[in-house]
Amino acid sequence: MAARTVRRATAAILTGAVALTAAACSHPGNGAAGSGGPKDSAVVGIAYEPDTLSPLLGYGKDGNSKIFDGLLAFDADLKLRPALAAALPTVSADGLTYTYKLRPGVKFSDGKPFTAKDVVFTYRTVLDPKTNNPSRTELDALEDVRAVGDDTVVFTLKYPYAPFAERTVLAIAPEHVAGRQDVNNGPFTTKPIGTGPYVLTGWSKGEKLTFQANPNYWGGAPAVKKFTMAVIKDDDVRATRLRAGDLDGAILPPNLAANFKTDKTKKTYAATTYDYRTVTLPTHNEVTGDTAVRRALDLAVDRQAMVDKILEGAGKPAYGPVPTGSPWFAKGTERRHDLAGARKILDEAGWKPGPDGIRVKNGVRAAFPLWYLSGDKLRQDHALAYASDAKKAGVEITTQAGTWEVIEPRMKTDAVLAGGGSPGDPDFDQYLLLKSALAGDGFNNMAWYDNKAVDRALEEGRRTDDPAQRRAAYDTVQRELVKNPGYTFLTHIDHLYVVADRWTTDAGDLTTQTEPHDHGLASGPWWNVEDWKPKGSGATAK
Amino acid sequence: MSRRLPWGAMARMTGRRALAAVPVLLGVTLAVFAVAAASPFDPVKAYAGTAGLTASQENLDQLRANLGADRPWLTRWWEWLGRAVTGDLGDSSVMRQPVADVIAERVGWSALLAATAFLLAVTLGTALGVLAGRRRGGLLDRAVSSAAYTLEAAPAFWLGLLAIWFFALKLGALPAGGLTDTASETVTAGQVAHHLVLPALVLGISQLPWFFLYVRQGVGDALEEDPVRGARARGLGERTVLTGHALRSGMLPMLTLIGSRVPELITGALLVETVFSWPGIAAATVQAAVSVDFPLLAALTVLATAAVLLGNLLSDLLYGLADPRVGFDG
Repeated sequence: MAARTVRRATAAILTGAVALTAAACSHPGNGAAGSGGPKDSAVVGIAYEPDTLSPLLGYGKDGNSKIFDGLLAFDADLKLRPALAAALPTVSADGLTYTYKLRPGVKFSDGKPFTAKDVVFTYRTVLDPKTNNPSRTELDALEDVRAVGDDTVVFTLKYPYAPFAERTVLAIAPEHVAGRQDVNNGPFTTKPIGTGPYVLTGWSKGEKLTFQANPNYWGGAPAVKKFTMAVIKDDDVRATRLRAGDLDGAILPPNLAANFKTDKTKKTYAATTYDYRTVTLPTHNEVTGDTAVRRALDLAVDRQAMVDKILEGAGKPAYGPVPTGSPWFAKGTERRHDLAGARKILDEAGWKPGPDGIRVKNGVRAAFPLWYLSGDKLRQDHALAYASDAKKAGVEITTQAGTWEVIEPRMKTDAVLAGGGSPGDPDFDQYLLLKSALAGDGFNNMAWYDNKAVDRALEEGRRTDDPAQRRAAYDTVQRELVKNPGYTFLTHIDHLYVVADRWTTDAGDLTTQTEPHDHGLASGPWWNVEDWKPKGSGATAK
Repeated sequence: MSRRLPWGAMARMTGRRALAAVPVLLGVTLAVFAVAAASPFDPVKAYAGTAGLTASQENLDQLRANLGADRPWLTRWWEWLGRAVTGDLGDSSVMRQPVADVIAERVGWSALLAATAFLLAVTLGTALGVLAGRRRGGLLDRAVSSAAYTLEAAPAFWLGLLAIWFFALKLGALPAGGLTDTASETVTAGQVAHHLVLPALVLGISQLPWFFLYVRQGVGDALEEDPVRGARARGLGERTVLTGHALRSGMLPMLTLIGSRVPELITGALLVETVFSWPGIAAATVQAAVSVDFPLLAALTVLATAAVLLGNLLSDLLYGLADPRVGFDG
């Protein structure tokens, strides 16, 4: 702890005293958590630990951090609602100016008021090239941000970007703390201060993060006073500690979650996701670059079998980055498993079966390598199933494992079993995956997909705010993907959580949000732990 | 045993070893930078994590420049060395905080775990080894020896899972992991002691066979040597024979072992810390290595090398004390 001002120290002591009182009232026993533990504390097991808790370095960029708030936040259905902003933004007619009025009376957990200056500081710092923020590209559209008085923030964009409001769920850092130290390595990266429902009380790296309810939270003090995230990388150990009562909830792979089905005291939640697994079909490979081969593989693959066998039912067939359950999904673009159809397409395109059953056209064998990330069992299973399905249509796929360092230089010509997915706007995934100008730019457009109709539709989709026009644009993209699939999308994977059946919310049972590819800290049923109430004890006023 | 300790000779040996340690440590850090630079891992990808999968090339290039990953490793080593000499260990890219903070937060917990486990392995291993060596082929010897061979083959993480299953799940007697109760925010000595039992036990038990087998062999052999037979012939009591003669020469190989087991202890601690979510330095070491986090990796390597050198010094000092014929480095 560095030297602090008297005011901050006082605030810290006060917060601590309140926390202690709260803890003392609610802890008649020895503080042991678990199923029989105090009802106002919750302990969950997570598999990944964040690298940093500083929003300036990328933490909380997708909203829903327990320590911070963004101007806006997502609800359970991923609809935007105001958080630090008093209302949704007003957008200028040309789509280039977004104006936010701020919620009055909000304070950081150290007692200092939150103002427009903090918003400007946060966005400007993220945009600063000296800040080591790997997600800066997401704010590419942002030209400038400025404060008008203490309670209004105006964003100016370089080009009209319809989903911009969804980027403003970015967590806001306090300028009076984070602005006075090294952005990349200062103490703020591990000892953050925010406006959120919880205050970080400890981060023992590799072990756990502990949170205390923020008694002055603008949304009302949470009923769950203590919240702990235990970092347990090993799936088996996490399951063991959940069973032992050391944890109240945990994320688990399907096979381990299945063991808790008979446990009456626990509930399993399957979060639907945008987390897809796909095979890239590089344009620069003479086999996968052939539209006939792409279309044939799209039909030859048995997606339902992958969901049933590999995911044990916890997932859905995928036909594009947009999950079939999303309102943005273009109905009618589902492809049935049709091996005969696949063979017919290849026959008509001149890919004739050779002596070994593998098709040949103009001396080119219908064969290509497929890379997957070594050590990732799920990707390996998908790759093997895909290769076996392709073989039945006469296409030979050699699966190979490697690290990203090995795979990346080959992405231009070799197929890769890739994963990804960010919920929210259809622009987020599709633009990066399919825009021809982004081919080979980092990990964007890994397949070097190049389709003028798709390019046009992607631009239309992000430049207009009109819902009907946007829908038409993304329908076009999805229909083009049927005609010329640059990727074979395989599955969208459910994330499974097992949680002790001890809590409820005003709206009823616990819920999950639609989740992205990577497991954020606040994914899972505890995405809204601040709204949880202990079951049965009569809901306490929030 | 009532002779005065040869302080002067011991101090001279320690001094000589300390001087020799300087080039060793320099060489080790140079090698770490070279090996890390040659490794296929990319520090920028490691830093960016999943965000790197959607970042533009421009963003990634900027990161590379900010992290200094675009400069030759020899330059980076020289700069690192220059600052390290003044006490500035640099910033860890993977932990987003100064290296000194990373180490200060964690090294104590690792040291506590390793020291407890080591003490357990040495005392228990020696005691069992003496008992078994006294009567080779006896019931105790056969039981403990076969257990020791089995343990030597058992990986530490597997023992850890087994221990969690039995003590935490079946008996509910001990916590399954962490430094303190999962829901607790303060670190109290009682809680740490309670949580230390299982990981220290597992790490200690995984090291124990080495000490046990060495002592058993040493004591057993010593009991068959001429001086012992002579002592017995002179009618000395069994206890005197054992402590005065057999133990002294029988324990010698074990003293060497103490030094050479330090590296094993460090790698063993890595697995045990992972299984028990112990917030020690081991996990940071792996992360630093796969993320090519030069400053953190170099600092941790210096620490580990120093631990090994110290371990060797300690065992040589003990050896010299136990057997005056060996002396202290000539």
